[in-house]
Amino acid sequence: MSGGFLTLEGVRKEFKGKLAVDRFDLEVAPGEFVSFLGPSGCGKTTTLRMVAGFEHPSAGTVRLAGKDVTFAKPNERNIGMVFQSYALFPNMTVAGNIGFGLRVRKESAAARERRVAELLELIHLPDKGKSYPYELSGGQQQRVALARALAIRPQLLLLDEPLSALDAKIRVELRSEIRRIQRELGITTIYVTHDQEEALSLSDRIVVMSAGQMEQVGTPFEIYNFPKTSFVAAFVGTLNQLHCTVADAGSGAVAFNGQTIRVGSPIQFAKGTRVLMMLRPEELHLGEEGGDNRLSGKVDTVTFLGGVVRVRVGLGDSNLTLDILNERTLRLPTVGEQQTLSFPPHACWVMAEN
Amino acid sequence: MTISTAPAPLAAGPPVSAAPARGSRLWSWLAFLVVALYFVLPLVATFYWSLRAEKGVLGFEAYRKLFADANFLPAFSESIVNAVLAIFLSLLIIVPTAYWVTLRLPGLRPVVEFITLLPFVIPAVVLVFGLIRLYGRPPLLLTATYGSSRVVLVCVYAAISFPYMFRSVDNGLRAMDVRGLTEAAQGLGAGWGTILRKVIFPNLRVALLSGALLTFAIVIGELTIALFMAQHTLGPYMAELTRSKVYEPSAMAIVAFAITWAAMGMIAYISRERKQM
Amino acid sequence: MGGAQRPPQRRLGQWFGVLPFFVFSSLFLIGPTLILAYRSFEAPQGGLTLDNYRQLTSELVLNAYGMSVRISLTTALVGGLFGFLLAWAVSMGGLPRPFRSITTTFSGVASNFAGVPLAAAFIFTLGRIGLVTALFKVFGIDLYETGFSLYSFLGLSLVYLYFQIPLMVLVVLPALDGLKRDWREAAENLGATPGQYWRYVALPVLLPSILGTMILLFGNSFGAHATAYALTGGLFTLGTLLIGQQISGDVLHNPGLGYAVAMGMVMIMALSILIYSLLQRRSERWLG
Repeated sequence: MSGGFLTLEGVRKEFKGKLAVDRFDLEVAPGEFVSFLGPSGCGKTTTLRMVAGFEHPSAGTVRLAGKDVTFAKPNERNIGMVFQSYALFPNMTVAGNIGFGLRVRKESAAARERRVAELLELIHLPDKGKSYPYELSGGQQQRVALARALAIRPQLLLLDEPLSALDAKIRVELRSEIRRIQRELGITTIYVTHDQEEALSLSDRIVVMSAGQMEQVGTPFEIYNFPKTSFVAAFVGTLNQLHCTVADAGSGAVAFNGQTIRVGSPIQFAKGTRVLMMLRPEELHLGEEGGDNRLSGKVDTVTFLGGVVRVRVGLGDSNLTLDILNERTLRLPTVGEQQTLSFPPHACWVMAEN
Repeated sequence: MTISTAPAPLAAGPPVSAAPARGSRLWSWLAFLVVALYFVLPLVATFYWSLRAEKGVLGFEAYRKLFADANFLPAFSESIVNAVLAIFLSLLIIVPTAYWVTLRLPGLRPVVEFITLLPFVIPAVVLVFGLIRLYGRPPLLLTATYGSSRVVLVCVYAAISFPYMFRSVDNGLRAMDVRGLTEAAQGLGAGWGTILRKVIFPNLRVALLSGALLTFAIVIGELTIALFMAQHTLGPYMAELTRSKVYEPSAMAIVAFAITWAAMGMIAYISRERKQM
Repeated sequence: MGGAQRPPQRRLGQWFGVLPFFVFSSLFLIGPTLILAYRSFEAPQGGLTLDNYRQLTSELVLNAYGMSVRISLTTALVGGLFGFLLAWAVSMGGLPRPFRSITTTFSGVASNFAGVPLAAAFIFTLGRIGLVTALFKVFGIDLYETGFSLYSFLGLSLVYLYFQIPLMVLVVLPALDGLKRDWREAAENLGATPGQYWRYVALPVLLPSILGTMILLFGNSFGAHATAYALTGGLFTLGTLLIGQQISGDVLHNPGLGYAVAMGMVMIMALSILIYSLLQRRSERWLG
């Protein structure tokens, strides 16, 4: 039924009666970079392990390049995988690790050596071939793990939280490294992470998962700006939520603390329904220039984050968080001062209260 | 000298992965059963014999005879006293040493570790050989009387418990933050004695008990050193019994096995308790 | 604390905590060994000599050492093999969970169940009146007619395995636990069969630990005295028993040679413990 390079159809996994993944349908195009994003225990790693062949689905099929591989053995799939723990073999050198897949494929020593040298070049560690894993830093180990997975010229690359054990700085560095290598080789890639920033910055498409279910599939732009469920909205990025009542469904207006807030489009809920009005911090502005909607409140906290300044403004029982881009001429708001906030109607959207 | 190890506390083990193939499970059963048979058969045979002392019936006659033997209880109680004394002596020496080495003289650690390993390197029969040569004649005549020999014996038992005791205490100290606890106690005005007594000891209880029980299991039936130092303890008594009697040795072996089992079982139990805390 | 200068009496006080340890060790471990070492270089008429060590090649000594080496090698290899198999079976072979704790606790007991009671237990099993001997007779086989004896190389080896196998189990189990599931999966993922995984990854990673433990087993059996003494009354040809005979009655007719025999024993033990700890260190670095 599909033209996807990797296709998962109605995939479901139960562990001793506990549902880990359910109704998972996905088509991945050749060369595409897809992330599975969600909190721990959401089923993203289980799904990845089913693709790799370490777990068998309780129902559904997994197809790779047109072949049903649902129950194929892991060592017959030709899929490269990078583990969270790196899983480098401690008894082998870096070269031995990278060449391992070729060794078990009985490729000649010369071909192996060439390929290893090629990959060491690719990961920018040309002279670490003779080192042992324990002599490398975490970041270097992760690169070697990547090279090892790529050495077998896999049809598909799987990355299971590959950066979560590393320092923030190396994480960002390796992130772009992974993306560069992926583009260079044009390899279809699935990337599992709980870090939304990673998913947003790396992926062509993101699958957001929660409690074994797919919440939404879309490009980073769609996921961030047009979340379909409140889970996605809250999990990806920082989000303001205000409890409102629908004032005028047709023209798109809600009431909050007696004030009217205009929403960009018509509302699908009847007048008087309690709803959540949502809004990203970067859409809010201090002062009156930010748009037609205005609210005022008292500054709660001011957090200087470097590139941006995060300000929380209290509005009675609720509060709003807004981000201001930092500039050297910026006048920082002070805690306790009264401020007016403004934002445009098209920045707001409405969801059912849960 | 036999090297021995306490059962490791129940490890959480590696995460349970997909069940192994049926073939490998079959092999596991086979390996387990073969080895289990080898280990159980001598116990069964010994137990069977221990029940047969009375003609025609199965009963506990052998055990009754063993305990009625005029030499058994004195030897047994002497061995218990020796073991307990050796344990206290060993604790008295090892606890401050391990504590000092962890906290104040870390440079000495390799030396101390090396010395505590010596009982593995020097076989008991060689050790007793040296003891007899060193203390068997003036100027260090310590083996002249039964009593003074006994003192030497207890001291040697304490020394051969060093490997177990040191490792146990050292692991215990590593598991807790000695420096942090000590500094916190000092900050609150506690002196060294108070720190050792009120802070370190209670936190080491499991480690100390394990070390003590293991020492007990090793020392209680020790033969070689006691034999050549002509001590009337359990080891030489049991050796003599095995040579001279028919049924009692089986009862004796079962009793010895039960004692070892009790000591090891207690170690496993207290370290499991600890884990759950 | 942390001041640059410490008062001198404080520095002496530092040593006070470890002093008893050093004194005690010198008196009861190091001293006795050193005196044997010294005497082993002493000539019968006084003066220092290497003669005693040269005489280690005499037939009596070589036979005793040879038997010790044979038994130790055999029980280290066989005990190592079965101990490893058992450890593998209870840790990753798919046996029910409780088998593991039963095995570790029992191994703790059995590895300490050496000496007289062990010898007695085997006499009741495989001695002339032993239960298993009797069982064989029921099937028409007289074990002792076939040349088997509990008081022989084979018999003694069988007895020693009773503490060798458990020791192997206890030392190798943590190493097996150290094998990460990710390694197996990574190997499989790269195309390796389970056999290739064991050949290229698991066994090489475990090898230092397995080898090291087998060497430990070798030393463990090499220095064992009590079990052999209890079994044979001390009259068997064996390194430790020879030393025992020398203590009681100078069977070598040369005290100096006796000391050399004892020191030879210590050296072999020291060597095996040394190799063991070197291999163990490597293993820890890998499995850490």
